[in-house]
Amino acid sequence: MPEDRATERVIGIDLGTTNSLVAYMEGDKPVVIPGVDGSNLVPSIVALDVAPPDAAASGRTVTVGNSARRALIETPERAVYSVKRLMGRGLEDVQDELKLFPFHLADDIQPGEVLRIRLGEMQFTPSEISAYILRQLKRNAERYFGAAVTKAVITVPAYFNDSQRQATRDAGRMAGLDVLRLVNEPTAAALAYGLDRAKEGIIAVYDFGGGTFDVSILKLNDGIFEVVATNGDTHLGGDDIDNLLLAVALDEIRNEHGVDLRLQPDAIQALRKAVIEAKIALSTEPSAKFDIELPDGDRYQREIPREVYEQLIAPVLARTAAPCRQAMADAGVTPGQIEELVLVGGSTRIPAVRALVDEIFQLSARGKQPHTELNPDEVVALGAAVQASILAGSSTTTDELLLLDVTPLSLGIEALGGVVARIIQRNSTIPASATEHFTTGVDGQTNVAIHVLQGERELATDCRSLARFDLKGIPPMQAGLPRIEVKFLIDANGILQVSAREQRSGIEAQIEVKPTYGLTDEQVETMILDSFDHAETDFEARQLIEARQEAETILIAVNKAPSHSAWQLISETEKAAIHVARLHLEKVKCESDLKAIRDAVTSLDHATRNFAEKMMDAAVSGAMRGKTMQSASDDMAAANPAEIHAPHAFARAEFE
Amino acid sequence: MRLRLLILLTRIALKMTSVVTTSAPAACWACSVALDASPLLCAACGKVQPAAEIDYFRAFGLPRRLTLDLAALEREFHRLSRRLHPDRFARATAEEQQWSLAATALLNDAYRTLRDPIQRTEYLLKLEGFEIGEEFAGKNKSAKRQPPADLLEEVFELNMQLEEMRMNRKMGESDPALHSELTAVSLRFESELAKLDSGLAEKGAAWDASSAAGDDAARAAAAKDMAAQLDRRRYLRNLVRDVNEALTTDKES
Repeated sequence: MPEDRATERVIGIDLGTTNSLVAYMEGDKPVVIPGVDGSNLVPSIVALDVAPPDAAASGRTVTVGNSARRALIETPERAVYSVKRLMGRGLEDVQDELKLFPFHLADDIQPGEVLRIRLGEMQFTPSEISAYILRQLKRNAERYFGAAVTKAVITVPAYFNDSQRQATRDAGRMAGLDVLRLVNEPTAAALAYGLDRAKEGIIAVYDFGGGTFDVSILKLNDGIFEVVATNGDTHLGGDDIDNLLLAVALDEIRNEHGVDLRLQPDAIQALRKAVIEAKIALSTEPSAKFDIELPDGDRYQREIPREVYEQLIAPVLARTAAPCRQAMADAGVTPGQIEELVLVGGSTRIPAVRALVDEIFQLSARGKQPHTELNPDEVVALGAAVQASILAGSSTTTDELLLLDVTPLSLGIEALGGVVARIIQRNSTIPASATEHFTTGVDGQTNVAIHVLQGERELATDCRSLARFDLKGIPPMQAGLPRIEVKFLIDANGILQVSAREQRSGIEAQIEVKPTYGLTDEQVETMILDSFDHAETDFEARQLIEARQEAETILIAVNKAPSHSAWQLISETEKAAIHVARLHLEKVKCESDLKAIRDAVTSLDHATRNFAEKMMDAAVSGAMRGKTMQSASDDMAAANPAEIHAPHAFARAEFE
Repeated sequence: MRLRLLILLTRIALKMTSVVTTSAPAACWACSVALDASPLLCAACGKVQPAAEIDYFRAFGLPRRLTLDLAALEREFHRLSRRLHPDRFARATAEEQQWSLAATALLNDAYRTLRDPIQRTEYLLKLEGFEIGEEFAGKNKSAKRQPPADLLEEVFELNMQLEEMRMNRKMGESDPALHSELTAVSLRFESELAKLDSGLAEKGAAWDASSAAGDDAARAAAAKDMAAQLDRRRYLRNLVRDVNEALTTDKES
């Protein structure tokens, strides 16, 4: 048996706010597994396809990744991105998020209930949306291996709390994955860099991604990666920079052109795309230009010099400084003791971020350079693959590696007067445990309620409520006589487990655990994606069916292509190449050669790549001209960034 | 009215001696070889052992001593972690996974406590039956604790000054003389804390020596001394924290 298990592949997944990736240990090196389109990054976008009128409800199809990108602009009410921001959170937690992101939540969510997102006529929990992304990654891996994959390591921001971790684990289960471990993203990055066992000393990881910020301080010693402190902000990332730029642009368009694009979800998405492109350009260019056609035919033209941009985003970047200093203080180290610094996450490409990091950790002053050798978008997935290999015991390279991570937040219970009695301190190495003893306050009392919290504040109302436990079935006794021992244990995933027993009677007290913003096991069962059922059936047959479906989808799109305006924009040679590839795919699709179908899909995909880009551009400008404009009565307007106010305007562009 | 139920709930503190027992099995479940150093792991066959209620010193195979070689403790922590951690049991039976989780949690809790001299002393005194720690500082946690007798007058004065500072802040004022006076108080208490710490280390060495010599009377006297010093230390530390907090807000306003 163990020999069999050793050969079973365990994949490493980076489930990101903006992009997700799957990686795997190939020999002694972790590699990212590309998707059908050849891209390593799967954008964390999920869209519900427009169902044909005759389709049954069960026949819904969901598109994930690059192919869902277009839906963001064409059918924004059926698409969702950055769902990671909603994982494990309640309605009252996400009010700020709702102002900034076009999340369409169900109207009837009660406080304390798990969120539900509307996509067209259906509703999904954040875990279900994430499960669709995970399923796509799982399929990409299966396609790559030509074999079923059922086990995975998934990364989470180090500063994720218990509910956010549970929601991530639930998503894995829904996608048909046995989640062997949740690994903290900065720690995973350190693993990816530290395969060389000889490394020793204190390192810091600065992880500034699309939606989250983490910083971790680690001690490396003979293959042991011991996290000594971690800190962060689970709602701080490149998204915040995009929103800021977007708000400035929207304000200016309203003030100068009298058009309020905030009421037009598709136009906002198109503008967001332009803003992100400008942001990316500003990492390498001294300035970026906007030139956008507005619904009234006017143009919104701006030139943003990098200086102005850096002033604008400085407050966002500055929010990463305090967590860095706190982490160093908690670790008991000064910047001078940090020997190496690793940069992770797409936002660390911004020169102003690098300058800030250099200042905080006094790098250039000490003649040091941050580590950026590994692609900051991929390094977390690569580390997840290393951890997967450690767990699978599948590579001698990882045999001697061991990760000792910590819990990012203190765990406490509500005591008299609503104060929090801390029972496990933040930055404790996990697994960690604490035992507490309770008794009753009135004669014959048979129940005791325990409120578990996570956070650093003194009052329970200021901390994050994790769960309320009812200790039931306490034998009726005089007040103060029962002695109930409750054991709190944070496991290696950073997730809390609780057990209890009444010591005087020896009766095991019954515990009812109700996570404050979590799904029950039964609920998770009902949300397991259909794909899971298929996992039981013949893998080969399933692969063939999926490949044919993939072929069908691309053929339908290609057959519609000549009627699209963008068709006129490509050359005759390209058209001929598409025609040949299409005929070939139609032929092999009916046969049973899996590889032939896949190759044909890939070549048709390649042949149409330029056309797809032209179509995308057309969709963007179309949205701007209001061609696919939704009616203004659409209630999504409420979810638009009407609330942020631009700090100051961009300089007027000087177009010649 | 869920919250009201909490009022019926009382956290009770028990003497650690009644909780911590040292009933670890004597031999490995897998190979039956007697367990010697750490009862968490069989030195002979490397198997993780079922959860046993052992104290933190036993977890590291150490005698109950207060003087510790921290570098050796860290080495042992790493060595045991390599063998016990749940990552090493991802492919083992559910039972062994559970044991690994429990054993690693215990090892981590033990390392966290033993590597810190104050926590180590508090823990050992609890094992010896002393009532130590926040939960014993008063029947009601929110009630003001009694200051040590020799500090009564000074603490009274200090509280007056803190109150004055708060009043000033309310009026939007700051008194530089008061600020520097309190800064001096904070520094003085900090240096007394440092003195207490070195005093505790000395007493710890005395405790170790009398334990080794089997001198029960000297051992008990050292323990009693340490317990008193720990109480004083806790009181002073809270005081310093309050003063520093007040100073920080005063500076900001």
